[in-house]
Amino acid sequence: MIERTPLLNFATHVILLVGLALVIFPIWLAFVAATHDLRAVNSAPVELWPGPHLWANMQEAWVLSDFGPKFVNTLIVAVGVVVGKVTLACITAFSLVFFNYRGRMLIFWLIFITLMLPLEVRIVPTYAVAANALSPFQVMLDATGLTGLIETVSGIRVALEWNLLNSYTGMILPLVATATGTFLYRQFFLTVPDELVEAARMDGAGPLRFLWDTLIPLSKTNIAALATIMFVYAWNQYLWPLLIITDRANYGMVVVQLSDLVPDQFSTGGGTPTWHLAMAATLMVMLPPIAIVIFMQRWFVRGLINTDK
Amino acid sequence: MAEIAIRNAGKTYGKTTIMQGINLDIRNGEFVVILGPSGCGKSSLLRMIAGLEEISSGEIAIGGQVVNQLEPRERGCAMVFQNYALYPHMTVGENIGYALKVARMPKAERLAKVAATAQSVGLTEFLDRKPGQLSGGQRQRVAMARAIIREPKVFLFDEPLSNLDAKLRVQMRHEIRRIHNQIHATSVFVTHDQHEGMTLADRLVVMNKGTIEQIGTPEEVYEHPASVYVAGFIGSPAMNFLPGRVDDSRAAVVLDDGQIIPLMSAIRPAAGQLVQIGLRPEKLSLAPLGGGALTARFDFAEELGSGRLYHLKIEDVPISVMAAEKHSFGEGQTIGLRFPNDAVHVFDGASGLRLDLHPAPTAAMVPA
Repeated sequence: MIERTPLLNFATHVILLVGLALVIFPIWLAFVAATHDLRAVNSAPVELWPGPHLWANMQEAWVLSDFGPKFVNTLIVAVGVVVGKVTLACITAFSLVFFNYRGRMLIFWLIFITLMLPLEVRIVPTYAVAANALSPFQVMLDATGLTGLIETVSGIRVALEWNLLNSYTGMILPLVATATGTFLYRQFFLTVPDELVEAARMDGAGPLRFLWDTLIPLSKTNIAALATIMFVYAWNQYLWPLLIITDRANYGMVVVQLSDLVPDQFSTGGGTPTWHLAMAATLMVMLPPIAIVIFMQRWFVRGLINTDK
Repeated sequence: MAEIAIRNAGKTYGKTTIMQGINLDIRNGEFVVILGPSGCGKSSLLRMIAGLEEISSGEIAIGGQVVNQLEPRERGCAMVFQNYALYPHMTVGENIGYALKVARMPKAERLAKVAATAQSVGLTEFLDRKPGQLSGGQRQRVAMARAIIREPKVFLFDEPLSNLDAKLRVQMRHEIRRIHNQIHATSVFVTHDQHEGMTLADRLVVMNKGTIEQIGTPEEVYEHPASVYVAGFIGSPAMNFLPGRVDDSRAAVVLDDGQIIPLMSAIRPAAGQLVQIGLRPEKLSLAPLGGGALTARFDFAEELGSGRLYHLKIEDVPISVMAAEKHSFGEGQTIGLRFPNDAVHVFDGASGLRLDLHPAPTAAMVPA
């Protein structure tokens, strides 16, 4: 839109700046709080300018929360979710768009419906499955009477069990099994012209060859977008790890660790709240997702410039 | 290189039959153009040859081998698509060489072939560009090169020129013909543009509503159109049609307004038969009143530079006349219309088929 409206321009800039301030202010406060010592951070009025204790606070928070191994844990889970999601979504969407088989639309809608059921909504059944990933099969065996049959024939009682609690697998799989990525890929694949598919067929490329040589290179920017979203999503998980990770020493996640640092009536027990440590830890936990977003942004922009789709 | 034999081929989608009873023989090295309006099934027929669409009935053989059940890559066809269908993320060189890469040709050999092919279509300096950086004509060349490099038995063209502007279209038409003359591969070219059809084809196949109306050389199809449909489709401006009835002598046709057109002795329809008289605009000429076989009312003229297009009316039937000489008749003036006796095409009024004792020789040339 090319218009000369200085007044409107000014107004929109004001709104933009106000919005920016609203977003920046809490982060600034967190940063400031992380740079003061216990006494300064708890004094009124609230400090608005940084103090000298940032490094010391970060070191203390790092040790207190055992962040070293926890960062590694979280990174493993986040990368696992990203890789799993990108792969799974790509293959499902590929099948849904480029192959014609019975029940294709039904399957698509089944996947689509899970968009309306985020992990938090189905957390109890998901926990039950994570506690024994084979329990659905056990139920099927029991219901059909196969368990009893096998027991009478062989004397062995079938009791399937695959416990996913306190494991990376248990952390990753439920986060991977969502519809977002599939939907994103499907919408992109639908825009790929039929002629391109046919040209590949004429050139002798089979379906997998086409997926690998043509579709994946073409959807690079989609992959970057999905990977970024999923990384941040997995990194920020709180409820799910809180529920299934009881072995916090080995499998603890940073966000859960962070919540322990946030002072409440239980943790401080009436003592002075250690906001400076909580905020220093917050800054550290925030860094990887921010770094990923900034790094991946270059890909988005490149994707926007390259419009030769 | 191979010949193509199509036997009684048909195509149905669910319960709708879009094509049936297609019989066509394409000789080795021949350039055949399938011509028809959109929706006549010409692209489907091409795609059935390519293997991109299933053959619902009948069979198609390439080089003596029935290919109904073969995958596209096993049929030895290469195809040039309407929208080029280049891989946007690959360079021109990678696009041209992709089929060879899939076929696992060693890299050095492949690159040498890509370079040679690019050279032959004048793309050498663009090998490292992406398709998005090329003009329409250059993309078209890439699509051609991609087909040529495979040295296919059969070339298939699916309206490859329809996205180019008029000048480039003529240029690429010549290019395609030149390449064909060089490599003499059997080629099937689908188009709705009669100029492309007439200029490119060794033989034309005119399709309408899923059936073949006529097969013949461009000249045969123009001189002896097998039906009203073909007659009206081929030729620009389109042929004029006048409805009439054969008189009792069976040697002349009486038009609706009572004017009489004598028939050549070779045509003897039944007395009283309803017919359509076809007259090509370029075979007609204007004369002052009383100077021709027919009289018509002058409507208006269009200047074309190389000639003039005159619009007349006989009763309410519009007639167009293409003539070089300049006339200055007034609107509504009654004038004469002249034409040689052999310019009269006669078609059956009901079926639209040509009434002619010597039909175009190739029209029914499918061997039994």
